[in-house]
Amino acid sequence: MTTTTTANELRPVIVGAGPAGVRAAQTLVAHGLRPVVIDEAPRAGGQIYRRPPTDLAQRTARTLYGFESKRADAVHEAFDALQGRIDHHPDSLVWNAQGQQLDVLHNPTRSTRRVPYSHLIVATGATDRVLPVPGWTLPGVYTLGGAQVALKFQGCAIGQRVVFMGTGPLLYLVAYQYAKAGVAVAAVLDTARLADQLAATPAMLTQPAVFAKGVYYVGWLRAHGVALHSGVRPLRVLGDEQQGRVTGVAWHDGHEERTLACDAIGFGYALRSETQLADLLGCRFDYAPMHRAHLPVRNAAGRTSVEGVYLAGDGAGIMGADAAEWAGERAALALLADSGMAIDTARATALEHRIDRLTTFRRGLERAFPLPQDWAAHAPDDLVVCRCENVTAGTLRQTIAVNGADEMNRLKALSRVGMGRCQGRMCGAAAAEILAHATGQSVQQVGRLRGQAPIKPIPIRLVPCTEGDA
Amino acid sequence: MTTIRILRTDVAIIGGGIVGASAALALRQMGLGVALLERDLCGSRSSGVNYGGVRRQGRPMSQLPLAQRAHRIWGRLPELLGTDGEYIRSGHFKIARSESDMASLERYRALSSDFDLGLELISAARLREQCPWLGSRAVGGSLCLEDGQANPRLVSPAFALAAQRAGAQVFERHKVDEVAHDGAMFMVRSGNALEVHAPVLLNCAGAWAGAIAEQFGETLPLRSGHPVMAVTEPVPHFMDWSLGVEGGGIYCRQVARGNLVLGGGAGIALDADRARVDRDAIATLAVQAVELLPALRHAHFIRTWSGTEGYLPDREPVLGPSRTTPGLFHGFGFAGAGFQIGPAAGEVLAELARDGRSSTPIEAFAIERFDPVSEPASTTASDALPH
Repeated sequence: MTTTTTANELRPVIVGAGPAGVRAAQTLVAHGLRPVVIDEAPRAGGQIYRRPPTDLAQRTARTLYGFESKRADAVHEAFDALQGRIDHHPDSLVWNAQGQQLDVLHNPTRSTRRVPYSHLIVATGATDRVLPVPGWTLPGVYTLGGAQVALKFQGCAIGQRVVFMGTGPLLYLVAYQYAKAGVAVAAVLDTARLADQLAATPAMLTQPAVFAKGVYYVGWLRAHGVALHSGVRPLRVLGDEQQGRVTGVAWHDGHEERTLACDAIGFGYALRSETQLADLLGCRFDYAPMHRAHLPVRNAAGRTSVEGVYLAGDGAGIMGADAAEWAGERAALALLADSGMAIDTARATALEHRIDRLTTFRRGLERAFPLPQDWAAHAPDDLVVCRCENVTAGTLRQTIAVNGADEMNRLKALSRVGMGRCQGRMCGAAAAEILAHATGQSVQQVGRLRGQAPIKPIPIRLVPCTEGDA
Repeated sequence: MTTIRILRTDVAIIGGGIVGASAALALRQMGLGVALLERDLCGSRSSGVNYGGVRRQGRPMSQLPLAQRAHRIWGRLPELLGTDGEYIRSGHFKIARSESDMASLERYRALSSDFDLGLELISAARLREQCPWLGSRAVGGSLCLEDGQANPRLVSPAFALAAQRAGAQVFERHKVDEVAHDGAMFMVRSGNALEVHAPVLLNCAGAWAGAIAEQFGETLPLRSGHPVMAVTEPVPHFMDWSLGVEGGGIYCRQVARGNLVLGGGAGIALDADRARVDRDAIATLAVQAVELLPALRHAHFIRTWSGTEGYLPDREPVLGPSRTTPGLFHGFGFAGAGFQIGPAAGEVLAELARDGRSSTPIEAFAIERFDPVSEPASTTASDALPH
């Protein structure tokens, strides 16, 4: 739908300053708009191109981002060049959306303000997809993304002798980055089988450069003596009761149980989208089989079911950093076009085409690193699924069997799963797997947890901002 | 082609909230056949998302007989439901923030002296000593030691489950599309799936009950209201009482896990079925919470929620027989205060269904207190009910 609006009347807001948000902002500025960019981090870059605090910034982009250093530099430079032409709100959490206004908490000052918008680009990114393993609550266990952030942002490792476990492209990338940084990587334990990766090769070859990087990481790790095991089933994290810390890990290799000593573990099963804001905005959700998740619906241009709200980047489906840049630019073009402004339609089409081509590759990745379908079957009853509320797999199963819970919100109401500080961001995917397995339904059928404000915990003593709207 | 399932029973119930579900349970205990239709999941609406206050104190005198009856039911909850639903008689303390508030609490105690509420007035000095965690605005209050709190998201579905175990036929995710009465029998239809035929119909559809009443020519000024609920992260346990404030505004309780559950203010409707909290209401609630309980000043809100409740202008429910249609009984409009009296309302409806009369006085809740009837739309109304 096209309305005629002048640039001055538009008040576009972008949530998230990762690759999608940065490219969206750049595109809007290039067309004469002045967007507001709200980001939880102190410096733009998102997770993938996260920048260390300024007083720690002595490491080079090459050290921090490896092969991606040029892209990281480009995104950072693009954002830095926007200074003075955007309103940047760093350290700021969007905790609620209501009536064309966002509620934004500025973390350092605990102050909250309302940010009105005429159009909104939601680029909220992703966090790790977690399937717990017994012992995962021990100190020393991190998600893959968390382990990577520790290295990138603070320049520290999660341990001296580290095991990386789970599946997904991040598994090998983080292992490589740790080994490259001089940390002893004891092993990489991949739940995917070599056969999965072989079967996925044709699809992965649609992005030969990306595929080559993956092959390089694996080859490098192997050449440097890092043990790589595939087709494993993680059994438990071993811990020292006295010191309360990881001492090793046990897994099943298809034939027998094996153990290995380590002092830290990074684990995860690829990523999951941060969708709460889209939910609060009223965007329609649909089940996306490729992502094994209910996701806000967007068209090729990034338009959602809500007029004036656009989605870009991993927040609407995991497509990776490159696709995020394209989707951010594309969504900004859609916003401009919907506001009656002239855009380069050939460019818009080209971006859609690029994103579309990547879909085959993403399918390949899902095939190469599938979420272990038997995880729920093997999750023991005493496994803590929801660590905020200490809800075990057994409690979930009992709630399902005794009270007849057959969808996620009812399971939450009756068992407390997802009721804690994380609001289901960490435990939701695992709880859905258990519910689906226990009821013989698909993950699609068990539904998704409804979003509620606040998106993340907010201090009860919020200080309202007095200087008016941003 | 699927054929519609036709079910004949003694009593049909629309609405699986705490009122409808406890009516179903009571009817089964009387040996009557019951079919209950719930549009979503039992206890998933206002019955399951409210604050969880189980209090008699502060209710109008008209409701106290019902509240006393409910109090006895709550005391038997584990044997009735097979779960305690986190119900505890923790005490309900109503705070006075001024001398005039204190005076009105005293008046309430005198007024309710015929009922065995055991209200105890607590002075400012004693309060300081006994509750150092209370903020300085509290100048005293009234304690009802046997009032308490429960977890609504557990209790309300548990009533439905208990009714089902007792033999009630409970149909969740069965929205009622058509109701009709042929002079002797009611017909309640849900899509192409189910048709229930029964000589008695209980309208326990909460905020959506007005549309059903209207099908039988009874137009009511029922409107929807939306509570604002919030919960903090767990903090060290410091408070047993469930707190209310004379004059209203905020109420809160601390659950065994340590979280504070707080309520107060009004939310916003997203549509006819869903509601959310309002940002200004959260801000107001936060300010009042810290004033009331300074210990909360460093806590975080981790979640907020709302629901859809039915309100009538005098904030009293409609509980009793229809004035147009024999065999039809209403039980709705509890004005955000139906959780405690819900189980008693259910028993009363069961008595009405069986005997046509109740052993608990319910005259104050008669539908006749509203304007006279409009013309019945049709006694075989077939219009689809609004959502």
